[in-house]
Amino acid sequence: MGIFRRIWALGNRSKLDREIEDELREHLRMRAEVNMAKGMNPEEAMRAARLRFGNPAMFKERVEEQDAALSFENLLRDVRYALRGFTKSPGFTAVAIIILALGIGANTAIFQLLDAVRLRSLPIQQPQELAELRIIDGNHGLGVGNGPYSHFTIPMWQEVRRHHDPFSGVFAWHQADVIIGRFNYGKHVQGLEVSGEFFNVLGIPPWQGRLIAPQDEAGCGLPSKVVASYSFWKTQMGGQPITPNTTILVEGRSVQVLGVTPPSFFGLVVGDRFDLAYPTCIPPNVRREVFNLSVMGRLKPGWDLARASQYFGALSPGLFESTAPTGYNADTVKQFKSFKLAAYPAGSGVSDLRTTYESSLQLLLAITGLVLLIACANLANLMLARASARQREMAIRMALGASRRRMLRQLLLESSLLAIGGAVLGVALAQPLSRLLVASLGTSQYTVHLAITTDWRVLLFAAVVATLTCIIFGTIPAMRGASADPIIALKSGERGIAGNRERFAFQRLMVITQIAVSMVLLVGALLFVRSYRNLMTLDPGLRESGIAIGYFGFDELKLKPENEAEFKRQLVEVVRNIPGVQNAAVTTNVPLSGSTWSHGVHVGAIEDGSRFTYADPHYFATMGIPLLSGRGFTDADTNKAPLVLIVNQAFVRKFIGTAEPIGQLVHVMPEPQYPARTYQIVGTIPDTKYNDLRADTQPIAFVPAAQLPVEAQGPWAAVMIASNTGPGVITAVRSTLESKYPGMILRFADFQQGIRDNLVGDRMMAMLSGFFGLLAALLVVVGLYGVLSYFITRRRNEIGIRIALGARRGQVIALVMWDTAAMLLIGIVLGVALALLAGRAATAMLFGLKPYDLATLAFATMLLAIIAVLASLLPALKASKLDPVAALRSE
Amino acid sequence: MAKNDLQGALDLLILKSLSDLGSMHGFGIILHIERVSDELLNVEEGSLYPALHRMEQSGWVRSDWRVTDSSRKARFYALTAAGKKQLAARQKNWEQVVKGVQAILRFA
Repeated sequence: MGIFRRIWALGNRSKLDREIEDELREHLRMRAEVNMAKGMNPEEAMRAARLRFGNPAMFKERVEEQDAALSFENLLRDVRYALRGFTKSPGFTAVAIIILALGIGANTAIFQLLDAVRLRSLPIQQPQELAELRIIDGNHGLGVGNGPYSHFTIPMWQEVRRHHDPFSGVFAWHQADVIIGRFNYGKHVQGLEVSGEFFNVLGIPPWQGRLIAPQDEAGCGLPSKVVASYSFWKTQMGGQPITPNTTILVEGRSVQVLGVTPPSFFGLVVGDRFDLAYPTCIPPNVRREVFNLSVMGRLKPGWDLARASQYFGALSPGLFESTAPTGYNADTVKQFKSFKLAAYPAGSGVSDLRTTYESSLQLLLAITGLVLLIACANLANLMLARASARQREMAIRMALGASRRRMLRQLLLESSLLAIGGAVLGVALAQPLSRLLVASLGTSQYTVHLAITTDWRVLLFAAVVATLTCIIFGTIPAMRGASADPIIALKSGERGIAGNRERFAFQRLMVITQIAVSMVLLVGALLFVRSYRNLMTLDPGLRESGIAIGYFGFDELKLKPENEAEFKRQLVEVVRNIPGVQNAAVTTNVPLSGSTWSHGVHVGAIEDGSRFTYADPHYFATMGIPLLSGRGFTDADTNKAPLVLIVNQAFVRKFIGTAEPIGQLVHVMPEPQYPARTYQIVGTIPDTKYNDLRADTQPIAFVPAAQLPVEAQGPWAAVMIASNTGPGVITAVRSTLESKYPGMILRFADFQQGIRDNLVGDRMMAMLSGFFGLLAALLVVVGLYGVLSYFITRRRNEIGIRIALGARRGQVIALVMWDTAAMLLIGIVLGVALALLAGRAATAMLFGLKPYDLATLAFATMLLAIIAVLASLLPALKASKLDPVAALRSE
Repeated sequence: MAKNDLQGALDLLILKSLSDLGSMHGFGIILHIERVSDELLNVEEGSLYPALHRMEQSGWVRSDWRVTDSSRKARFYALTAAGKKQLAARQKNWEQVVKGVQAILRFA
């Protein structure tokens, strides 16, 4: 085939060139001979032949274009030419590539994160077959929830384990902390409780030893066998080969390590990484109201999610009938029995990062997209300025026979090369950027583990973004450049003719775009920064600083449930007497930590839910909550004394209204471990935030810790420790308790840090939107300065004439500033409109602010105005200092 | 229906000429078309050579350098098997186009 010959001949360009030239020459001669035969003299004959052909260079190019190999080589020539051009103006090239790399890099980084959190499949066999079973619309807070991935009670799981026609296999799993090492110095690691089928259904082969199998489920109680994750095995176990004698200390006991999972397997929760997996067990006295499992299955061939959902929907009435918990009132049980199961896709795992951050990430992607748009507008102006500086070069090439198409191709090629350079650098930049983002989402207690890899989706995204930028910033300047009239361009020299209105209009449009878009970004940045500040400075109604939380577990002390209340009182007493401790109190619920506890209550005729906290008499003093009326708790308020309650104002508003709250009776509805009870309100406190700073104040009722029902007691306690000695108090408490209660599990956290940890998403939005807002403003400065300087260079003559005719400096400055003012005005009006439209997307993420916040809009406008004035002042001053003689002479 | 390919006329002319002449150089093809069409059709060099090179890329014609009757060196083009097939297809197509156009012209 001809094409191979051509490609083979690629290196022989001169030979092919010569062939075409020879062919042309012979043709001309033959034509001339015919002409001579018609009676022309030789010169005339040759001239007539040439005339028929037209421009020989153009002819050659047209023939060459038909030659695939040659046009490929032409492309290479154009690339070489473009690269030579870039090395001649390294400043322009560097600025263009850096702007593009920043823009594309930021976009890719955010997309990479979205990809990792949302799109990527689990590293298991046939991930698309994996489905999770959940109750449609969730369990409405019924029963006791245990973590974010807990949709099943144990009895529900047992039912599904028996009936699962759509699935070839099912399994259940649950995330829980596991303590390794000795109790006192134990280290909390991420545990994964799995049913026997787990690894088999997922299709995970063992990396070492063997994995958990159904027969391992037999033993119950504390884990007796574990499987380690690859990273745990490497870092905590030294990567030693697994033998039947390999053991590890878990919860103070030596357990056998069965094997290790492959490096790619991190569990099913995207963003987490399990350390130890252990077999689940079905305890003899199952708590039927506790939701603590996630159940998944692998769809059989021929079954899809819709059919599987149908199957489980039909199964649901019987399933929930037989698994209903006892100890609730009839309404609750009825609600439970009305639940319906459905199958949901689980091939990309589960993650609460999705619900928490997905909208933030999408908004960030939009923000970085806008930054890129500004960058493109900036680059378009740069390219245009470069194109007009190169007009003479273009004109000469066209005069020598280059076709307009060829020129257009050349110019587009140059912008593509810039875009490719920017994209390659951007993708490289995206790696550390998204790692930084992942790190910023971690907290003092929790690290986000996300594998950031440049997979095909990321590359495709970067390629699409680069192509789009190239089209946006490259096309119009290229079309302008290629359509230049060579004669005019050659005549008017480097500077061209001033007043080429159309071209200025395009550049003004680009500047207006930049101003409008950066207005949107600045407004967004200000909103998020102010929202974060609102959250940080919000008074939750209780003391935040100087409070440590101690979590104490005393399972090893083997106390009887009825003695636990008294033990906790003594324990807090011990803590309170440690030097440096101002006060300490035990509570069942740490405020603002995210966890909640509710009971259904009725007061008079009003029936609804209220938050409940069981706290000891020192709680209000420790947390700095004043008593508004009535009395506080005393040590005499035990289960033997009358049951008493202290409520907040939201409780009073909801259940009591304007009547006197003290003395009112509050009936608590029964649920497992919490029998029906009637309390009397003895005191009221102001409103405090409960589990979340963002949430509105909710009704809260406090019960004395010693009145916690005996059935609900457990061998653990959370103690709030107030001190003014900083973190040192934790060391003191730890050493005292270690010597007094060996075998007690001790864990400490800083209360304020915990609250801040819940704001990492807001912090990320504030920091990133602030950063991008500043970047946008900076780009506007560069863009405006560049364009105005360019305008002034092009209008030197006109300004020179004005000055020569008597215009004062002030008038010249005004001339330039009016230009800025007009662009600024249009840009800001457009920007405000866009910001108001875009603001609606951010409403849910803002705290204590409306997206149409007047102060924010005014501030952003002012900021942009100052920026614009500063950026145009320098060019304006330069224009006013123009020497009219020099300006006119240089024409 | 015939492919509506009026631009393909040039290709057809070249293919047919080469099929009649066996092997010919570009200038000869131009002369042949002029002569056979009684100077009604005039193919321009600027269109002929790109078309010849394109057809060579597509494998319809092949070329080699030979000496002409007037002992000049020239590049001679000849049809390949694929080119002959192409000619048959184009010819049939063209006839249908002509029929169609005539039908439209006759319509009144």
